[in-house]
Amino acid sequence: MIALLSVLCVLGVGGLLAVLLCRWPRLSGAVGAWSAILACAVGFVVSARLLLAGATTDWQAPWLPQVGGALHMAADPLSALFLAALFLVCGLSALYGLRYMDHGRGGLRAGLAWLWYDLLVASMALVILSRNALLFLVAWEVMAIVSFFLVTHEDERQDSRLAGRIYLIATHLGTVFVFIFMLYMARETGSLEFDAWRNVGSGLSPLAGGWLFVCLVVGFGTKAGFVPLHIWLPEAHPAAPSHVSAVMSGIMIKTGIYAILRLLPCLGFPPLWWGWCLVVIGIGSGVLGVLFALAQHDVKRLLAYHSVENIGIIALGLGVGLIGVSLNMPLVAVLGFAGGLLHVVNHALFKSLLFLGAGAVARATGTRETDRLGGLLKRMPGTGAAFLVGAAAISGLPPLNGFVSEFMIYWGSFAGVNTGPGVAAVPLMLGIAGLALIGGLAAACFAKLFGIVFLGEPRTAEARDARESPPAMFLPMAILAACCFGIGLGAPFAFQVLRPVLAGVIPLPQLSLTFEAIAGADAFLAVSSVAFLALVLVLTVAAFRRLHLSRKNEGSTVTWDCGYAKPSARMQYTASSFAQPLVGLFSTVLRSRRKFRMPAGLFPSESSLETETRDVFRDRLFTPAFKGVDRWLSFLKWLQSGRVQLYVLYIVITLLALLVWALKVQA
Amino acid sequence: MKAIGLIHYVLALALAPLLLGTINRVKALFAGRHGPPLFQVYFDLGKLLRKGAVYSRTTTWVFRSGPVVALAATALALGMIPMAGQAAPLAFTGDVFVAVYLLGLARFFTVLAALDTGSAFEGMGASREVQFSALAEPALLVGLVALGRLTHSLSLSPAYAGVGPELWSAGGVSLALLAVAFFVVLLAENARIPFDDPNTHLELTMIHEVMVLDHGGPDFALITYGASLKLWLFASLLAGLIIPVRQGPEWLDTAAALGGVFVVGCAVGMVESCMARLRLLRVPQILFAALVFSALAFLLQMR
Repeated sequence: MIALLSVLCVLGVGGLLAVLLCRWPRLSGAVGAWSAILACAVGFVVSARLLLAGATTDWQAPWLPQVGGALHMAADPLSALFLAALFLVCGLSALYGLRYMDHGRGGLRAGLAWLWYDLLVASMALVILSRNALLFLVAWEVMAIVSFFLVTHEDERQDSRLAGRIYLIATHLGTVFVFIFMLYMARETGSLEFDAWRNVGSGLSPLAGGWLFVCLVVGFGTKAGFVPLHIWLPEAHPAAPSHVSAVMSGIMIKTGIYAILRLLPCLGFPPLWWGWCLVVIGIGSGVLGVLFALAQHDVKRLLAYHSVENIGIIALGLGVGLIGVSLNMPLVAVLGFAGGLLHVVNHALFKSLLFLGAGAVARATGTRETDRLGGLLKRMPGTGAAFLVGAAAISGLPPLNGFVSEFMIYWGSFAGVNTGPGVAAVPLMLGIAGLALIGGLAAACFAKLFGIVFLGEPRTAEARDARESPPAMFLPMAILAACCFGIGLGAPFAFQVLRPVLAGVIPLPQLSLTFEAIAGADAFLAVSSVAFLALVLVLTVAAFRRLHLSRKNEGSTVTWDCGYAKPSARMQYTASSFAQPLVGLFSTVLRSRRKFRMPAGLFPSESSLETETRDVFRDRLFTPAFKGVDRWLSFLKWLQSGRVQLYVLYIVITLLALLVWALKVQA
Repeated sequence: MKAIGLIHYVLALALAPLLLGTINRVKALFAGRHGPPLFQVYFDLGKLLRKGAVYSRTTTWVFRSGPVVALAATALALGMIPMAGQAAPLAFTGDVFVAVYLLGLARFFTVLAALDTGSAFEGMGASREVQFSALAEPALLVGLVALGRLTHSLSLSPAYAGVGPELWSAGGVSLALLAVAFFVVLLAENARIPFDDPNTHLELTMIHEVMVLDHGGPDFALITYGASLKLWLFASLLAGLIIPVRQGPEWLDTAAALGGVFVVGCAVGMVESCMARLRLLRVPQILFAALVFSALAFLLQMR
């Protein structure tokens, strides 16, 4: 625990030094980044050891005892799992950021960016470590605010400022529900300690429990990005610098999932509808997230929508697990939670890999528009290969890690469908169908993204002149890609590591029997053997092909274009045209806008087509709702005269009223 | 793993191109032609392997890896498909999902190889392929999971071993619905009429054939062989459902299962002879219908 505390201190001090040294940009950047890298390296080793040992550490110090606060931190296997992912991704992103931030302007702004980055890492770690509601809320709030500063890093751009504002409002609205939850729990138990909340559940009425569950899902779901609370995600993630997007998308949104997992057991034994609820949220977020991603043109915006999709898969896993718990089907419960938890880690790995890759592309070409890129694999072979690994992993394809977590959810659902009663089989079957649809659509989306950005011919001069990223930026991507392969090939080991975490999350007796049953069913062993076999088979066929072709003559020419004499790069299929059939099929939800200028006249010269897919939930749900609130509150505008004397008067009146009320209560 | 499973696997690897030949022969008979020899696909493969290769200067290693990954993944997926009620060489809990996702891997690389050429035609084919497969995948998985519930098993091999006359009399409606759904998915996934016309001459209207337009020589041989393996895979999924002949000596069961696969091939040929290709806009509707059939087969067991 002392090691983890010193990690937090190093992060804070390093960030402050980066600001103080901002007169020397190189030094400041190096201090800011290296303190994060070193702290994360230590933190990763400590948390990985905790996780592997399945151990728990606890640390307490007095802090604001009058209001029930305490500096109470602990790391159990659940925390250790999230911490390990956090430190790995944040350390690698910092290494990447060291070179990535180089090309921006230096000075105070760069120094501040490192301060915010280091504080973001520290506050996320604190969120995961804290066991006291007050400490948790402080860390939660610090996390929200420093990430707001990172989102508005390029604050001269209007879209960055707008993104920051949307993010700030969304996160605080979510926090309101978190407050309600925590205040209720504090009132029930008279304590702000999470440990004291553990037995509240049995005393709650079903109605109160239900409302608390809703508060939990809405409050933390806003941070996690459940549809329709996701609207800040596609705005905020693209606006931040790429290594920050990687951290926000890979880790920060997972703190919402962590908090749900941490606090859900306090609410006691889950009724069936909680599982239903999460399964439906999961399918909705997954399918809508990937559909909106398909329709995007901006690489980072597309990736941000994919975070919504993957959060959906995680929620689906947790929902399957909850259904298993409430119907006392331990196999379903264990596999559902295991899939959800492993997907948290997997998504952290491949999504940060993809964001880092997208940042490398943006840095090399100066654009994030998919349709202005192309042919980058030849110019950036390392980045391209790493990006391909990430793309295949996020599409859930074997032999990579995304498949392992989805397999767990599939297996759990399948087991429930086979043996469970109808109330379990129907939602679980829905989950299987939803996951299959999500998988197919995600593969479509990433075939589009990788195909248009990295393959074919460059569509613009910027893309043609792109250069490979420096090694310090490539190395983090290579490590993340290797991790994707590692988990993909090591499914039994991954499940073994998850066991202590699962034992802490699932409130069912005799879980060890289920663990043994799962380990005995040798499905994970088979999955990893098949993954190895796939690699071996691919290499064998490739070797056969190579050997066979070495004896033949090989020619090169232009792509077959049906005899057309002058092909140009602009004639290639674009991302919009690639996605059009699917976008058209789901136009009822996507509502893409098209601006089409038809070619006219006998010798048509110019024509154009613009498509834009805005977020339906933002346009149709939140904008009207906020406008309504705005209109409603404008009746109170006369209160706001701008004269200080009047405001003092308001304060006096309020105080008087309170005084009268207090006297009355006493009497 | 029993030896019989391996024998079935080797038989599948060897006979898969014959299935394509059978379909072509049936189509020729329906059209009143004599048609190419049954073994024409083998001759084609041999000829392609003897040729050299020509690559577009636009392409990268992704283009070259497309056929390789597609063949390897399909061959591996085929190893999980049981035949004649015997366990497949690779049979384990949840193998359904692994098999379907391996096919997804094959498709992913085929699509990327198509996009690597930078040709608008191949982009079109790739775009259609991902659209239709994204809809076919849920139909197939829901169907296979429903079959799992019918037979109380979590793996393909015991599930197919459990299909028999008793199951047909107990849950015949479900099985029939599943068979229809699987047949639709077979036609869509293997680019057959009415979803795609493997013999059309117009690149604009193709799906699968246009994606592999730039592959030639040995690469195209890998693709053709991979495609025939995939067809065999789906045909044996369907044949195991509709022709559950069991209890005889093993060689008789095997012969019946092989016969079933070729019966499915003949059915494909007949459908191709009697139908025209659908408009592309209609395809998603048919695939949704297949999903509904699978879901109905599942819901009927909820009674």
